[in-house]
This record gives sequence, structure tokens and C-alpha cells, in this order.
Amino acid sequence: MRRNAGDARGAAVIPTRHYAAILVPAAALILLFAVPFANMVAISFFRPVPGGFYEPAFILDNYRRFLTSFFTHVLGFSFFLAALVAVCSVSIAFPFTYLLTRSARAVQVCWLVFFLAVLSLSEVIIGFAWGTLLSQTAGVTNLLVAVGLMDKAVSLTPSFGALLVALVYQALPYSVLILYPSLSRLDPFLAEAARTLGASPVRTFFGVTVPSQRRSIVATTVMVFVFSLGSYLLPQILGRPQHWTLSVLITDQSIMQANLPFAAAMAIFLVALALILVGLVTLLGRERAAAQ
Amino acid sequence: MSGLVISELNKSFGNFRALRDVSFEVQPGRFVCLLGPSGCGKTTLLRLIAGLDAPTSGRVVLDGVDLTEVPAHRRDFGMVFQSLALFPHLNVGQNIAYPMAIRGASKADQAREVERLLDLVRLPGVAGRAIGQLSGGQRQRVAIARALALTPKLFLLDEPMSALDAKLREALQIELKLLQERLGVTTVLVTHDQREAMTMADLVVVMSEGKIQQIAPPMEVYRNPSNAFVADFIGTTNLLKGEALGQGSVRVGDVVLAVNGTAAPGPITLSIRPESLHLSTEPGPNRVAGSVTFVRHLGASVEVTVDVAVGTLVALAPAREQFNVQTGQGLYVSIDPDSCVVLS
Amino acid sequence: MTNWAKAAFFAGVATFMAAPIVVIAGVSLNAKKALSFPPRGIGLDWYQALVRDAEWSRALLSSVTIAALAAVVSVALAFPIAWFLWRHRAPWARLVMLLGVAPFVLPPVTTALSFLIFWTSAGLYGAPWTVVVSHGIYFVTLPLVTTMIGFAAIDPAIPEAAAMMGADDGTIMRTVTLPLVGPYIVSGFAFAFVLSLNEYIVAYMTVGFTVETLPIKIFNALRYGYTPIMASASIFFVLVAAVIFGLVARFGDLPKLLGAWARDS
Repeated sequence: MRRNAGDARGAAVIPTRHYAAILVPAAALILLFAVPFANMVAISFFRPVPGGFYEPAFILDNYRRFLTSFFTHVLGFSFFLAALVAVCSVSIAFPFTYLLTRSARAVQVCWLVFFLAVLSLSEVIIGFAWGTLLSQTAGVTNLLVAVGLMDKAVSLTPSFGALLVALVYQALPYSVLILYPSLSRLDPFLAEAARTLGASPVRTFFGVTVPSQRRSIVATTVMVFVFSLGSYLLPQILGRPQHWTLSVLITDQSIMQANLPFAAAMAIFLVALALILVGLVTLLGRERAAAQ
Repeated sequence: MSGLVISELNKSFGNFRALRDVSFEVQPGRFVCLLGPSGCGKTTLLRLIAGLDAPTSGRVVLDGVDLTEVPAHRRDFGMVFQSLALFPHLNVGQNIAYPMAIRGASKADQAREVERLLDLVRLPGVAGRAIGQLSGGQRQRVAIARALALTPKLFLLDEPMSALDAKLREALQIELKLLQERLGVTTVLVTHDQREAMTMADLVVVMSEGKIQQIAPPMEVYRNPSNAFVADFIGTTNLLKGEALGQGSVRVGDVVLAVNGTAAPGPITLSIRPESLHLSTEPGPNRVAGSVTFVRHLGASVEVTVDVAVGTLVALAPAREQFNVQTGQGLYVSIDPDSCVVLS
Repeated sequence: MTNWAKAAFFAGVATFMAAPIVVIAGVSLNAKKALSFPPRGIGLDWYQALVRDAEWSRALLSSVTIAALAAVVSVALAFPIAWFLWRHRAPWARLVMLLGVAPFVLPPVTTALSFLIFWTSAGLYGAPWTVVVSHGIYFVTLPLVTTMIGFAAIDPAIPEAAAMMGADDGTIMRTVTLPLVGPYIVSGFAFAFVLSLNEYIVAYMTVGFTVETLPIKIFNALRYGYTPIMASASIFFVLVAAVIFGLVARFGDLPKLLGAWARDS
């Protein structure tokens, strides 16, 4: 029986000097994160002034601008791409991480160090590397020609496929690391129990293991989704202009066009929609769990 | 006034009253057990004595000094926690020497004291080992040694043996009792195991729902429980409802018994220990008729469950009383009036 | 799953993950100044150039300095929050935890833009230290999560036992809490450091025109003038990360730091 040091029977009185521990970081976070964010919300309602400034106002024009078909198209594409990346990377990461956590400790350590090192690759370099891998002169198509599956080497980039592959590549280490804790703590007896009842390994995996990890899978998918929404460089390196995401536009508007209110409006909109989507998914997950 | 004095301790967590007006005294050098089921408040009480929690009201006084406002780290008590709480990042010797190390004792003094304590708990020579290399029983002894470093004024233990298997537990109980007698340190031990309390305690404090039910030496608690809860919690007992007829007579069902302890006329509960019930094939005074529903052969004794008119009785007989008792058999249960306890 | 199917799956993932690194390594080892792959001729010229070229070595130094300082800021903010949540039960403190998790969970471009606007409004836009603060806030989530995992792994009775033996709060922190949580602080620091080294958009939006961090320089190189130095810089960073995390694995229990059970349980 473990007692929680922080539970009600512990020190009900918090020494005054301990408050500093939480209030100083809280103040820093409020000042340097919450305030800038709120500031950005305010600016999204301001009026842009030529020359890169803005004047305080309350107009909805900035928001109205992306009720145009162009921006809704970009928004829709961004969400679709992020969702696809999330689904693909979790579909690979989940079975992989599951098998990894069942492997020997030394094997796990090797793979973990490897994934952590891959995390150090910046988006630029990933874009460059995949650009090379999918190019005509030096890419994988040359391998396929050598093996005889293709006649001529072609360039696979820029394209939607190239962008997708690179985004999945970028998301995979995060997916594995987020899934790792819950999968390594997974009770092996659960699967063994299913096996003694006659289920084949595949059925056990899909019928018992995956459902028991549902919360973890959903949480990881959501996190990768939000993370991929922010991809800025890869769409420009590996995608055509029609593949450019909202992040590209936001940066473009803020730096190049110097239209901060509009950029702010788009950013807020992006966050709001992402939060709504995340909220919906979480609620749906809870309802399904309750129904069962 | 020396010894530990607990006065009117109360502890509430929000609306929940965990301890209600708890008061008792412990003479110096005595071994006290706080005994009760889960949730009765015994651990809360121990934590108040230790200073890990503050009481809502009441006082904790040791040797005439009021310690209620004194924080835990200045009370000079030694405590063994249920999880043992051995520091995983220090080896055995460093764990035991911790109280000395933080007071700036020299390495030589620390080493000497560690050796002395390890000898005391009969675990010599393991000072250099890592905690993870020890068995459960060994870890237990290290925790005890650590708590006894620097001769604490009070020795507190919170269900220290709950993680050990039965045989080891019983051996360690005897060892701990002998150790305590040798050192003469006033000890308070929390347990839910009444056998443990019976083995080790000079004084048993039986608790339930935040209140003290009875404070007495073990055999007194066993023979003269103050209420039905205590009677049932300590050992096993048969509880029968009956009626006091005045002048030492009690009627239970058809039987009228002359029992010890006068009681005013009215409804009462009678507590009879199984070993005070005897089985017989013939009727007689103070005997009730019944039929056997279950027989348990426990090796040295036989436990027989008999259905009688006023309820169910469980009798315990030594196995050598050659009784070929079968289920379904009809027989008579003889109640020894001297062993009955009248509970109101 | 049969053994060879599992091996094939692992091999596939390994190939997929390693392929880009192989490409970059190949480019970085190319003897001639051509971004060709496979490399024609092997040489370490581009690694030497990384150190010798004034602009590149300055970018390298900037990135490392910013990363180290930002990681310190992140840990300095994360540790007290995690400690307070562990030491006291205060529901309102969970709000602060959410505040600490939020920066990393929002789309990076949003966080970057809000910093841009903030520093501009404060009249500090472009000051080099603003990226240290921005990264410090942005990455606070990582040491916060790892440190919270670390605190959760401590038996709550341990600090109480230390108190019973005479240790006051400061002594408990020094002799018990920090040694036990230390590895988690280190791994949180390592995460923040590595991620800051390679972060582009927040750096670009805050100090993109005053400080050239390595990712910014690489992207500029990609757009305006290819040079294999960017490949050698990237491989350098991968090796640094591998060494850092390899050391963490060597001296600590890496799976446990990432959330698994301890080695001997």
C-alpha cells in the first residue's frame, strides 16, 4: 500500500517560501507565453497598415479574408495532410514499438539511441536528403532500374508523395518515443491470456493489444497531427505550390508581406481548429469507452 | 511525567474525521501495538506521533516535553515505513549512516556505528552491498538498523512486515521483540495482524473508525474484550445474543447460564471463545443441541461448526480428543460459563 | 509474429530511417565540391571546412551556445514546477503544468509568430538573447515531462524517512531528491539541447535577420548556394546527439528515463 506524499493527509499547509518554486516559473510562462499568445489574438483584430505595422482596431476583415476559396483550400489541405501523416506514422510506429518493447533490453537501448539521434536532424536536412533520395540522378529509381523493375530513372520530387514520405519520416521518432512508455508497461499476460484462449498471434494483436492501447494510440495520433500541422520547410522543399500548408502562408504573410494581423488571424484560426478537432476526438474516445 | 502521552488527538481530512479524541499513555521502554482493520486510523495516529502530519487538535507529549509543534525532523524518532523506504542510490552502510552523515559525523564514527547496528540486527558484513542485492528479510533488518541509529527517543514502525512471508514474519517478530527488550526503547508498532500484536505487545491499543476501543495487555484484551468489535477482532469468537436476567443469570435461547460479570436485566451479547466450547454426545446443563455443518482438521486441533437453535457456534478441540465428528451428526455443545464474557 | 517477419520489419524500418543519414554522410564525404551522391572520392574536407569557414563555424557556435543556454532556461523553469507538483497537492498547480505543456503542443508556427509579435511590441526584436528565452519557453515541456516522470518514480515514503532521520527540506533536496531525479533532469536537458540545435522556425522568426543559427544557414544554403558543408554540419549534429544519448544510456537506464520500468524489476 503506497501513500501519496502529496495527498490530503500530507502537509496541508504549504510553507510560504515554497510558493516561489511554482510562482516564478508560472510568472515567466504567463509573461512569455500566455501574454504573447493573447497579444497575438488581439492583433488578429487590428488593421494592417502598409509599411509593416498595424493600428489598434477591431475589425473582422482579417478573418473574413480566409473565407475565400483559396485559403479554405489551403486549410483543408493542411488538415488532410497532417491527418494522413499522423495515421501513417502511427500505423508504422505502433507495431514497431510494440515489438521493440518485447525485445531484449540491449536491443531497445540501441534503437532508442538511434531514434534520439535522428531527432537531431533538422527539417531542412530531411528535406534535402529526401530530395536527393527521390531525385533522378542519385535517387532510388536508379536502384530500381539496375534491378530491372524500371526502364528509366525518374524524379519523384517535388510531389505529394515525396512530401508525405518526408513528413512521416520526421514524425516517426516522435511517435515511437510517445508510444514507448505505455507499451513497455503493457502487461504481457494480457496477450498470453488471449493466446491460451485460442487466439492466433495476429488476432491477439488486433483484437486484444490494440484495443487495450486505444487511449495511447489516440493521444499519439493527435500529438503527431498537431506537430505535422506545423510543417513549414518540407512543403517548400519537396512539394509544389499547391502543396504548401497554412504554416507556409502564415510565415509568408508575417515576414514577406509584413501583414502581421492577417498572419495572426490565420495562426489563431489554425490553433482553434486544431483544438476543436483534438477536443472532438477526445470526447468521442471517452464516449466510446463509456459505452463499453 | 515520563513516557509518551497522547492527549485528545483529533485529525480531520476535510469532512472526514480520521481520529476522534484519542488519548493514551505509554510507559518508557514499553512496546505498544496499534491494532485495527484498514481505515481505522492507526497509521494516521502513528504519523501524528512521528510529526509527519499535524493534528487538528490535541497534544503529543514525550517525557514532559510537548512535541506537537515540533517538526518531524527535530523529534529524534526512528521510524520504519511499510515500504521500508531504503534509499536506492546509497548502499547499505550509507543508508544506515545517513542520520550521522547529515549531522557531520566523521567517517570513522559512521563506520563504527554501522557495524554495531548491523551486528544488532544480526546482519554483519553487508555494509558495502547495494540495496537491490538484499532479500526481503535482509532489507527489513537494514531498515530497522537505520531507524535505530543515534539511539532514538521513540521507535515507530508502520506495518513493517507486511511484505514478508508468514514464516519469516513470525521469526522476525520474535527477534524484534527481543531487540526491543534489550535496547529498552519505547516502541509503537502499527499492525492489522492481531497475532503480531499478541506476540510482541506489552500493551495493545485496539482501534476502529478513528476511536480507541480498548487499551490493555494482550491476554486481557483476549479474555476480557470490552465490546463485540474487540471480541471479534482478536482471535475468533462466538457472539450470541441473549438476555440478562439479573443476578448473574443470562438466558441464551433455551439455556440459562450463570456467568461472571453482573449485568442489569436487558438484552446483551455473549462472547464465547471456540476453545471454551466442548462437544458431547449427551445432553446436560449448559448444553445446547445442534447438528454439525462443517469440520476442519487443522493438524493440532479440530474446528467444528455446529448449527444450534440460537445461531451457529464454532468450537475448537484438541485433536487428541478422539472425536470422530462427522457433518450432519447431532450432538451437544457445552458452554463453559466461566469463560463467557458479557458484552453490552 | 514469426521471427523472420519481425526481422524483416525491423530491417525495413532501419533502412527507411537510415537512408537519409546515409545520403547526407555520402555528400559530406565527397571529395569534390559537388552535391553528388553516391560520392566520388572520399575525403574529410567538408568537415574541416565546417570549422575553418568563418561563417559556418560562427553559425555552429551560435547554435551550440543558444542550445545550451536555452536548455538551462527550460530546465530552470521545469524543475521547480515538477518539484512543487510532487511535494504538495494543489489542484491549481496543475494549471501551471498545462501552461508548461502548451508551448510544445501548439503548432510551432503559432508559437513562433507570437514570439515575433511579442518581441516586436517590446521593442526588442532581433536581440540575440531573445531566441534563448524563446527556445527556453518553447522547449520547457521536455524537461517538465521527464522530470515529472522522475519524481513519480520516487517512493513517497523516502523523503519522509529522510525527515525522520533529521533531514530538513534543504538537506532532503540535496541528499535524496536531486540524486534520484538527477538522471531525469539530465535527459530533459539533453532533449531540449538537441531539439534547440536544430530548430528552425522560432529561431527564424525571432532572430532570423540578426543571428544565423546552423539550421537557418543550411536553409539559406539550400536556397541560394549549395555547399556540402551543410551536410557535414548535419552529420556532426547527428553524431553529437548519438554521443550525448549514448552517454546517457551508458551511465543511466535509458529505457527507464523514457518511461519503461527499471532494469531489474
